[in-house]
Amino acid sequence: MSFILSHFNYIAVATLMMAGLFIVFSSGNLIKRMIGLAIFQTSTGLLYISLAKVSGGTAAIAVEPASAEARDLASRLDPAYVAQHGIDGVVYSNPLPHVLILTAIVVGVATLAVGLAIAVRVREAFGSVEADEIEVLSRIESTQPGPQT
Amino acid sequence: MSTGELLIFLALVVPLFAAAAIYAVGRMPDVRETLTIVACIVLGVITISMFMRVGAGDPPVWTVARPMAGLEVAFRLEPLGALFALMASVLWGVNSLFSIGYMRGKREANQTRFYMCFALAMFAVMGIAMAANLFTLFIFYEVLTFSTYPLVTHAGDVRARRAGRIYLAMLVGASLVLFLPGIIGVQIAAGTTAFTPGGLLSGRVDAATGNALLLLLVFGATKAALMPLHGWLPGAMVAPAPVSAMLHAVAVVKAGVFVILKVSAYIFGPNLISALPAATWLLWIAAGTIVIASVVAMTKDDLKARLAWSTVGQLAYITSAAMLPAAAGLVAGGLHMLVHAFAKITLFMCAGAIYVATGASKVSEMGGLGRSMPVVFSCFLVGALCVIGLPPFAGMWSKFLLISAAFGTKEWFTAAAMIVSSLLGLLYLAPVALRALLPPVGDGSPRAFIRPGGAPGPAVAAVVATSIGCVVLFLFADAVTAYLAPITGRAR
Amino acid sequence: MISFETLHAAPPALVAHAPVLMVAAPLIAACAAALSPSARTSWMISVTGSIFAAWMALALVGEVARRGAVDYAIGGFAPPLGIALHIDGLSVLMALLVSSAGVMASLYSGHSLAADVRAEKHTLFQSGFLLCQTGLLGLVSTGDAFNAFVFLEVSSIGTYALVAIGEKRDRRALPAAFNYLIMGTIGATFYVIGIGFLYAATGTLNMADMAARLATLSDSSVVQAGFAFVVVGLGIKAAMFPLHGWLPGAYSYAPSLIAIFLAATATKTSIYLMARFVFDVFPNGAAFGQGFITSVLAPLAAAAAIVCSLQAVFEKEIRRVLAFSSVAQVGFILLGLSLASVAGASAGLFYLAAHALMKMTLFMALGGLAISLGVRRIDELAGVARDAPWSAVAFGVGAASLAGVPLTVGFLAKWRLIEAALQAGQIWIVAVLAVASLLTLLYVGRMLEAIFFRPAPAGAQRAREAPVGVLVPLLVLAGLNIWFGLDASLPEQLANAAARALLGGAS
Repeated sequence: MSFILSHFNYIAVATLMMAGLFIVFSSGNLIKRMIGLAIFQTSTGLLYISLAKVSGGTAAIAVEPASAEARDLASRLDPAYVAQHGIDGVVYSNPLPHVLILTAIVVGVATLAVGLAIAVRVREAFGSVEADEIEVLSRIESTQPGPQT
Repeated sequence: MSTGELLIFLALVVPLFAAAAIYAVGRMPDVRETLTIVACIVLGVITISMFMRVGAGDPPVWTVARPMAGLEVAFRLEPLGALFALMASVLWGVNSLFSIGYMRGKREANQTRFYMCFALAMFAVMGIAMAANLFTLFIFYEVLTFSTYPLVTHAGDVRARRAGRIYLAMLVGASLVLFLPGIIGVQIAAGTTAFTPGGLLSGRVDAATGNALLLLLVFGATKAALMPLHGWLPGAMVAPAPVSAMLHAVAVVKAGVFVILKVSAYIFGPNLISALPAATWLLWIAAGTIVIASVVAMTKDDLKARLAWSTVGQLAYITSAAMLPAAAGLVAGGLHMLVHAFAKITLFMCAGAIYVATGASKVSEMGGLGRSMPVVFSCFLVGALCVIGLPPFAGMWSKFLLISAAFGTKEWFTAAAMIVSSLLGLLYLAPVALRALLPPVGDGSPRAFIRPGGAPGPAVAAVVATSIGCVVLFLFADAVTAYLAPITGRAR
Repeated sequence: MISFETLHAAPPALVAHAPVLMVAAPLIAACAAALSPSARTSWMISVTGSIFAAWMALALVGEVARRGAVDYAIGGFAPPLGIALHIDGLSVLMALLVSSAGVMASLYSGHSLAADVRAEKHTLFQSGFLLCQTGLLGLVSTGDAFNAFVFLEVSSIGTYALVAIGEKRDRRALPAAFNYLIMGTIGATFYVIGIGFLYAATGTLNMADMAARLATLSDSSVVQAGFAFVVVGLGIKAAMFPLHGWLPGAYSYAPSLIAIFLAATATKTSIYLMARFVFDVFPNGAAFGQGFITSVLAPLAAAAAIVCSLQAVFEKEIRRVLAFSSVAQVGFILLGLSLASVAGASAGLFYLAAHALMKMTLFMALGGLAISLGVRRIDELAGVARDAPWSAVAFGVGAASLAGVPLTVGFLAKWRLIEAALQAGQIWIVAVLAVASLLTLLYVGRMLEAIFFRPAPAGAQRAREAPVGVLVPLLVLAGLNIWFGLDASLPEQLANAAARALLGGAS
């Protein structure tokens, strides 16, 4: 039980990941697939960010070492932890994964935008956003160009 | 460019240029045919010149390109190759004469493509004959396959296309799966694939690798029609007679046994061949091929099919000669390559002439035809006796040398197979001519001519020329064996 | 032997910044192209940008030959904290390949766009194409794992859009592009997850640094999980069997320019990244790495070669034949890499370059024909040799190269593969290569038979010869197939240097 509690973030990540993938593969609707994809991409964000949290760590904004804030934060740390690691001040969470995920979110948004744009054009060209209907329509009139020729 | 390099260059360029020129003048048949004949004559001069240079100890050599590290496109003449090149170019000339008669006599379609592909095939044959290493040989070997494919499927009908597909599939398939890996194996073992007197791999490979490479190379050279990879040859008989005559008696199949002879002499060498068990296995397989092919030939009523199976058997003679220990059979194999080419081309051209004149393609239809086509059938008899190995025809010498080589190396089974097959040849070849020359059995009179005047003049002239060749070679067999002696790597 | 050490292609001031210029030039050109007033201007900007990038790649060839590897810290921030571009023999081979493909494709696009893309979209198309090039060039130059993801996605997103633009000719381009987007994004996200695990285990994103730290960590299940995700993610991008489902659709319906460019670059760069990870980043000799190569990579590559060649035999539409053929040929490349020897990697990389050349020739010849005749099925190719002889000959040369006919670069590349397999004692790989080559011959033969040996059916629309602007790059490509078939020293040396860079340990 304690294993589950201490690793709950990974479980959440895995759940979201599988949910997203399942939606992508099982759904026939293009828009729903994009939603699934977005959920899938979000799960990786969660993975990185949850990895970034350091026990007792605060946001990665520098704090004056001698200020009251610093002393306040330091006091909240576990003494054994401080002794073990020889920390003499504030513990910061790792900011790098946050930066990485910002980039990944941007990439995700761009992908989402392109995907939805393609879905819109698919609707215009085929009249449907359901994968099986598109499949049937593709086979029937295989050389028909888009409607604005 | 030295004279040697120039000769090699011309030997390649003349047929190639002829092919292009033939395509260009395709609409003018007389110009086109003249071009072919002129190219044949020029090529003949070049190959004679190379032949004599090799005999004088000054072989032409030319290294053309180095595509990758360790690989060279290079040419070097040696006695066997010079003989092959000379034989091929002379017979190309004769066959072109025959083709003119045949194709015009039957008013065949697509004649331009026909002559062009022939010239391309000759280009490939020259490359094979002159190759200095297996890599170069492989390149031209493949060109030969592809340039002869349109000739095999010339008729264009369903049967021809099907035969063409089997032809291509077997030849290219075996090349890719067997021949090429074998060549690359040689490259890895020796660092090069050059033909070396005494054998490239001698002392460089262990028995297992040597066995594997020998099997890969011999079976990979599928043009030699060693069983079980012989199926393409009878099928290729759907091609017109000139194609069968030139390619499947001279160029394509002889390229196959030429490869086996060169592999035996220059890649493995006599010492290694004597030591490898695989050579003995191949002797058994070749002996089996000789006998089985002769037996099957007897059952065939279609004349060209009968001749095709006979070819399968005769090629196996050369293959087994190449596999005899201590290079006992190399010279005999080379002589038989030459002799059989002349004999078989005679037989095939006769078959073609008969077909043009009377439309008969089955032996059973040819009763009594000898009366109306005496010249053709006499030449057929000459060719048949040459193949069987009776004097005064060259076949006697080559058969004698082959059988005595087999006896000399105590390969009894091989010797027995050779003797049995010759006897069977008496049964399946001679009767064709005899039945034709004697009066027909039963009620029938011989078939009438479908072409007024019988066989076309050029065709008959060609047939007569090669039959004379069979006699001439009988007189010069000694000179040929002396010429070929150096390939065994022993001074004689 | 060609000595690259003496190659000084550009003035030293430029060479000092060549790595970043190579990536930035197409990016700047992309912005310029998007803002340009006419299609013609955008085309010229595209050509200029591509040529500049190719020039920089050429300069880097000389630099790498002289120095072994070129490192460039972006913004002056030193690795491992800063993002560094690291260009060694392998990167420079890929960069040369991508940039030359870009030049050829952009030259070709002058005439072909009108048929494939709606007129109002031409400037944006060129812009997208240049963005794609930026991404690919950045991908092969970078030494940072996450940066690789960014560039990978920059190029991929551009590709999704560019494939979709082909809907003018065939509306099936749209669902194909969507499918490609879904699969490609899943692949990239798997890659990011894998990088996440690796970051968690090593604390760094710089590939060289990661390699050093992973050397002692090969038993860690975190590392192994990361490896699995990275490999599967890149396998999707590289169309490794059985993750290749997106490729036939994308290749078939994309505009010809994109098909040409994709065939040469898209899967190849993902293979590059996978090779980097498998051989450079992850410790050599690690049990799971070895296990992956021998039990997963080699069998899947063999399956790709045979199964997809077989599928190509049964396809009726030409582009789909070529698409399945590409997946099969990727199998060949991976078989070479799976030998894990310098000879094998060199053979695989040589085949990679050769295949890019062959496929570009084939797609460009088809594209040239498509300008006048909407060729889709193999039967429609009948009689083309009479109407468009140059295109037909170029197609024939490319097809012969694909089949491995001697005197073409494809033959030499296959020779090297078989040789490497025999040297490594892997006879089964030789058998796979031989059987797959036979199948290749089958589907290539069918296309050649239609072009050269069948007359055009009466009343069918006749093809016209492609315009000069298309014929020039096409014949150059076809000529290169033969040139390298006669003298392969240039690609072979590059491939050798690349293989040594790849397998010489983390550089």
